[in-house]
Amino acid sequence: MQAAYIARRFGVFLLIVWLAASLNFFLPRLSGQDPVRTKLLQQAALGGYVQGGIDEMTKEYERRFGLDKPLWRQYLSYLDGVAHLDFNYSIANYPRRVSELIADALPWTLALLGTTTLLSFAIGSFLGALLAWPGAPRWMRWLMPPLWALHAIPFFLLGLILTYLLAFQIPLLPIFGGYSAGAFPALSWRFATDVLQHALLPALSIILVATGGWALGMRGMMVTTMGEDYVTFAEAKGLKAPTVFLRYCLRNAILPQVTALALALGQILSGAVLVEVIFGYPGIGTLLFQAIRENDHFVIQGVVFTVIVALGFTTFVLDVIYPWLDPRISYRRA
Amino acid sequence: MSEPVLRVEGLRVAFDHPLGKVRAVDDVSFALMPGERFGLAGESGSGKSTLALSILRLIKPPGHIEAGAVWLDDARIADLDDDGIRRLRLAGIALVPQGSMNSLNPVLRIGRQIADAFADHGLRLGHREEQRRITALLAAVGLPATIARMYPHELSGGMKQRACIAIAISLRPKVIIADEPTSALDVVVQRQVMATLARVQQELGAAVILVGHDMGLMAQFVDRLGIMYAGRLVEVAPIADIIARPRHPYTRALIAALPSLEARGMLAGIPGLAPSLRELPSGCAFHPRCELAIDRCRAERPVLRDIAGAQVGCHLA
Repeated sequence: MQAAYIARRFGVFLLIVWLAASLNFFLPRLSGQDPVRTKLLQQAALGGYVQGGIDEMTKEYERRFGLDKPLWRQYLSYLDGVAHLDFNYSIANYPRRVSELIADALPWTLALLGTTTLLSFAIGSFLGALLAWPGAPRWMRWLMPPLWALHAIPFFLLGLILTYLLAFQIPLLPIFGGYSAGAFPALSWRFATDVLQHALLPALSIILVATGGWALGMRGMMVTTMGEDYVTFAEAKGLKAPTVFLRYCLRNAILPQVTALALALGQILSGAVLVEVIFGYPGIGTLLFQAIRENDHFVIQGVVFTVIVALGFTTFVLDVIYPWLDPRISYRRA
Repeated sequence: MSEPVLRVEGLRVAFDHPLGKVRAVDDVSFALMPGERFGLAGESGSGKSTLALSILRLIKPPGHIEAGAVWLDDARIADLDDDGIRRLRLAGIALVPQGSMNSLNPVLRIGRQIADAFADHGLRLGHREEQRRITALLAAVGLPATIARMYPHELSGGMKQRACIAIAISLRPKVIIADEPTSALDVVVQRQVMATLARVQQELGAAVILVGHDMGLMAQFVDRLGIMYAGRLVEVAPIADIIARPRHPYTRALIAALPSLEARGMLAGIPGLAPSLRELPSGCAFHPRCELAIDRCRAERPVLRDIAGAQVGCHLA
């Protein structure tokens, strides 16, 4: 029963990925631009080449990238490539392959945004639950206004303010990048602390902004849950306050939050653009930003595909774990 | 004659409201003998559920207990600290909740919800002993042992209510407060659940306060009945007397409103509506709806008087 459910969900996941991959293939081609030609013309303009060989060069590169074949052949070889996680060469960074670029950028984004999203979810949900709980310490009430205020600030703006304060006025933290210029990525203690220092500012701005949102949602859910009959009955059972709080209130109030968390985790990659560009972080967002600026079809395709897979995959994981979190949702077919 | 197990003396519960204080329970006193079944009946809003919850000190702000005291044996419940009242709930006075459709935590298995009560009341049981007790409790309310592994949504309404009764008796309380335990159930299941409640109550020797508005159910189940109107007890009498010879005009109207098997036709009602607790009528709160009201009823509030084994709060009784 359970295996069949998971298999079915996985099938849906594959279907979503295929649909999205197809859209991803056809949409950029509707623009009618020729990325190779544009790139070559740009280079020609910069370097002052003679324009004579452009057409021949375009042809040669298009042959190389497979752009000279009919659309359906391109589509098939694209699907074949996607199945092998191969997205052809980057046009702007030739001869690097798109999969390499993504593999380089992905860990940075996952580490920064994955960690901050999980942290702000955990802190925010717990704070929100406490904010609704009458037994919570009184000083916690003072947390609400600053949390809400921070939540109202766009995180890139907060990022700029924090950068100004903590990197410029009081130079505690590095302004820019994922690691110091000249540092060589290695598995050493020094490199790790360097990376951590660079991650601190963007992480702080994301956590400060996101925590308020999670707290707000959780507080609302918590207030609703505390009015439920089973909470009154739990109190009438003479259960200890921590039991009532954790196992009867929080455990139920967190269910919609988990849905939101899965969606937030899926959107990490697409949401990364602003943070990463502002902090010059070498992740997926920066890669996508540059690719769009340089009209690099294959990189855009690769990144967008990665985003889709990430969203589809978190939804799949949510589908699989949700019946375990909420037994009312069963593995059985409705 | 034995001592009462539970005494309620002059209990007053009020809810603060921007438009003024609302007194949901006003000067209610009664005593409960060990093993006795006491009924509390009245219309919606008459304060019977509030009374039940305030005995357990479960009234939440803006509601609060203004005056009066509740005694369980020799312990005055108002004197207990937070941990003391917590320990007294379930172990001393247990609640069978109203509307059991939603009284069980949807994400925990039934067995877990029983075991939670053991754990938080300081019972350190091994896994085997815990399972044995859970099985025994479920068996006592007529549920198979497999229920322990199930979630509330997998049970029917009657099974859920039985599970709630199993929880309520898990620590062998002296008093069980059943707050409209069968209001969401159909009559067949209602009868089964009440029979279960009666059986476990007898086995434990616990006293029961049955809160409800179903006079037929009261007549079958309780030994003594208290009638509440607008937050006050207006009549308390043994059930046979109150059915045969109701003394308060409100009680009379309630009993007259019972549908009868012989007489067909329109059901008899009580004219008018229950008064708003914020603007209670002067004197006797029932006088605007009472056919017999005299001038004294409008001016002077009647107190409960002993009349031939019953207590009645009416000038005319």
